[in-house]
Amino acid sequence: MADTYLDLVNHGLTGKLAQRLGLPRPAPLRRHRPGEPLLDGPLLLLGTGDDADALAAVFSTGPDGPGGPGGDRDAPGGGAGPAGDGPGAAAPATAELLPPSAHPGSTEPSSRSDADDAGSATTPVTSAAQGAAEVTGWGLEVHRHPLPGLRYAAVVLVLTTVTHPDGLGGPVLEAAGVLRGLPSGSRLVTVSRAATAEDAPAVAAARQGVDGLLRSLAKELRGGSTGNGIVLADGVPATAPAALGALRFFLSRRSAYVDGQLLAIDSTAGALPDDWERPLTGRVAVVTGAARGIGAAIAETLARDGARVVVVDVPAAGEQLAAVANRVHGTALQLDVTAEDAGARILEHATGRHGRLDIVVHNAGITRDKLLANMSEDKWRAVLAVNLDAQLRINQALLTSGDLTDAPRLVSLASTSGIAGNRGQTNYATSKAGVIGMVRATAPLLVPFGGTANAVAPGFIETDMTARMPALTRQVARRLSSLQQGGLPVDVAETVAFLASPPAGGIVGRVLRVCGQSMVGQ
Amino acid sequence: MPPVHREHGPEQRPAYVLGANRIPFARAGGPYAHASNGDMLTATLDGLVARFGLQGERLGAVAAGAVLKHSRDFNLTREAVLGSTLSPETPAYDEQQACATGLETVVSLSNKIRLGQLDSAVAGGVDSASDAPIAVNEHLRRVLLDLSHARSLGARLKAVARLRPGDLAPSVPSTAEPRTGLSMGEHQALTTAQWGIAREAQDEVALTSHQRLAAAWESGFFDDLVTPFRGLSRDANLRTDTSLEKLAGLPPVFGRDLPTPATMTAGNSTPLSDGASTVLLGSAEWAAEHALTPLAAVVDAEAAAVDFVHGVDGLLMAPAFAVPRLLARNGLTLDDFAIIEIHEAFAATVLTTLAAWESAEFGRERLGLDGPFGTVDRSRLNVHGSSLAAGHPFAATGGRIVATAAKELHARRVARGDNAPVRALVSVCAAGGLGVAAILEAA
Repeated sequence: MADTYLDLVNHGLTGKLAQRLGLPRPAPLRRHRPGEPLLDGPLLLLGTGDDADALAAVFSTGPDGPGGPGGDRDAPGGGAGPAGDGPGAAAPATAELLPPSAHPGSTEPSSRSDADDAGSATTPVTSAAQGAAEVTGWGLEVHRHPLPGLRYAAVVLVLTTVTHPDGLGGPVLEAAGVLRGLPSGSRLVTVSRAATAEDAPAVAAARQGVDGLLRSLAKELRGGSTGNGIVLADGVPATAPAALGALRFFLSRRSAYVDGQLLAIDSTAGALPDDWERPLTGRVAVVTGAARGIGAAIAETLARDGARVVVVDVPAAGEQLAAVANRVHGTALQLDVTAEDAGARILEHATGRHGRLDIVVHNAGITRDKLLANMSEDKWRAVLAVNLDAQLRINQALLTSGDLTDAPRLVSLASTSGIAGNRGQTNYATSKAGVIGMVRATAPLLVPFGGTANAVAPGFIETDMTARMPALTRQVARRLSSLQQGGLPVDVAETVAFLASPPAGGIVGRVLRVCGQSMVGQ
Repeated sequence: MPPVHREHGPEQRPAYVLGANRIPFARAGGPYAHASNGDMLTATLDGLVARFGLQGERLGAVAAGAVLKHSRDFNLTREAVLGSTLSPETPAYDEQQACATGLETVVSLSNKIRLGQLDSAVAGGVDSASDAPIAVNEHLRRVLLDLSHARSLGARLKAVARLRPGDLAPSVPSTAEPRTGLSMGEHQALTTAQWGIAREAQDEVALTSHQRLAAAWESGFFDDLVTPFRGLSRDANLRTDTSLEKLAGLPPVFGRDLPTPATMTAGNSTPLSDGASTVLLGSAEWAAEHALTPLAAVVDAEAAAVDFVHGVDGLLMAPAFAVPRLLARNGLTLDDFAIIEIHEAFAATVLTTLAAWESAEFGRERLGLDGPFGTVDRSRLNVHGSSLAAGHPFAATGGRIVATAAKELHARRVARGDNAPVRALVSVCAAGGLGVAAILEAA
């Protein structure tokens, strides 16, 4: 359903009025379009250490690899002087928005510092290459310290070396200096390490501190900008495939409606794609509940990313399902996922028609909302059967088949209701929280095959389901997030596609929310 | 089945039914009331494309037809292909053989595949009794044509002067035979009386049809044969709760002017219906290239016609002749078929056909045999129900029956796990005293 309010506050007279009245003004979000550059402007990479240096190398090196034409072009030049002459000269001058010193951590003149950092950005290329031999650079313009007056399209805050809360201030406050100059739709991503009970107390404090920092910072960003973080497990470098995959996802417009989230990177498993535009080339995916809404968007997004897609829905939804299948050049399988043999029939269709099965997206789901006091057995059982039992049974069939051995990816649809709870949805929230538990326990079973299972938890998404909400409830639900608007089915689909992609192998049994940093739940 | 070498003509290869799609059949004036033949055929093709991933595919040919057809739909099938997600470079043409249209497209396209002229094809049929063409009546049509040919004002005025208020009455298509003026139901009533078919026997055929079709739907048999259309996801004519008592309570609608008791009711006759069906056909090589499993080979077919105008045979009795000729040519008897599909135009049509085959007199005098042609084991007859329950959109019925039979044959072959032939006999009667029968064999 169209968000009329969002249109009104962003256009013409009503927009001005909304501004005067101080009404919330959600920004229109820009979504991914194939062929567009990853970022519109330079990236500011803050932080020190091997992880930061390795990331700088990956970000800045051109697709031709270190030493190629891209590498030289994209590293900040040694001659970068005053803002007007630097690589950011083309960017709008926003010096007045910047504090007098854009270099809180340095007393050196900015030009010299930049020159030094240009060196540090390119020298560690060899070590990065050792860590992940197939890394090809992203060809971004990367700065290791802010240039005055430059508007950064993205800020990556590498905090992996911080071992005491004292160490957070330097890079964090350096980032603070550029925040006012961030253009709309910019990206902020933290890279930190997971706090564990085995850490020294000060280390754990610093690491856990990033959690509160990121969630608060994401709430301060405006104009459709988002803040997210990756949290590396011990021993996982920032250039691990899953870390790079997640970083690229958070930096890109694919994550337009993902905000305030910290995603754990559990291992070095996963593989970098040959082509980031079509990372699913050669993969065969099954999407359940694909006739409409989020499921249809998932099918379209997986197909756009190169996968051969089998769309599944109940026979009664076959007309819409056929239309989706024909749009994505896939095949339609009319099937009730609660059927005893659903897993076998999915496998038979995928392997029989397409030769393999790599990705299963458990999207089929229903709601039968009632207060528990008024809940009938039918309503309880129907929701659990479709939303959870079917996934368990299908996964069991897939896992025991022996057919899913080439880095399979299972992605389940959870819900913020399953995290935060929702009045009137005891059955639904039980099923969706159950999904979260299920993927956590299923993923380790797939690890030996390079596989994983994860969940996506949508918040308020504009679908037929939410269009049926009472108008006022819907308006309130839309505004109760940092992005102050509902997401689109494609936002959920992009996140599913990321978790289904080859790099995501190192994300094991996690939940990623697509909620615009909803105020409810974590 | 190995390639058959015949003394004359090119080498042959088997042609297979690879899959099918139809939309649920609706009663006329129901959910498809405002869907044209083109709408239904296009949607049915698109469902087939979606099921088998044929988007953008250039197939060898698509042949389909409609019995009730607007004159503007002269290229109905080609237009449907152009409106579908198939490659626009897929050739197409219309066929029409009354209610045998659907089966005849399967047969003729299979023959082209057997000859190597085609590697793949879609056979189809569609009919809308709701969206039937209504023309101006014959007198008005003449006047209008003369008016358009008139060169002078005088000639024009002369033509216009012939207009009468009665010209406003449109010409509506009916199921009446042009040569007898009798409706199909009245024709069958004559045959029913001729063979002395009882009302109870007809109601039992109808009840069995509903029960078996309902069971097939319930078991998910049609999950990969049907795609919903315009909100309808099951055959609308299907009555899961019907009973012999309910059927017995219906008043007769045909044969009421005959001296014998009228036995044919709305319950044991097919209703006017809307719907479309398609069948995907191909060679073994094409099937393998597209990772499709052949369900059944289309082995042979025979058409027959009876002189219902002057002769003793009823309008819908042609299959009683086509089947014995077909089986004789292939050295088979009725017992060699695991499945026998006889289109239920009326319950009495099935019963008069069976009665003729069981009659020693008919066998001797009409078929030239030594005695009766044979008896059909009722447990093998229309195993998943037929037109009495599903409805009968004329040209779409053949595709429905072939799809059902082919899927069932394949399932039985898989269940048996050996190489013994599992065969189906398909027979469809048609207006004009026509009938077509075909043999399918499990692949």
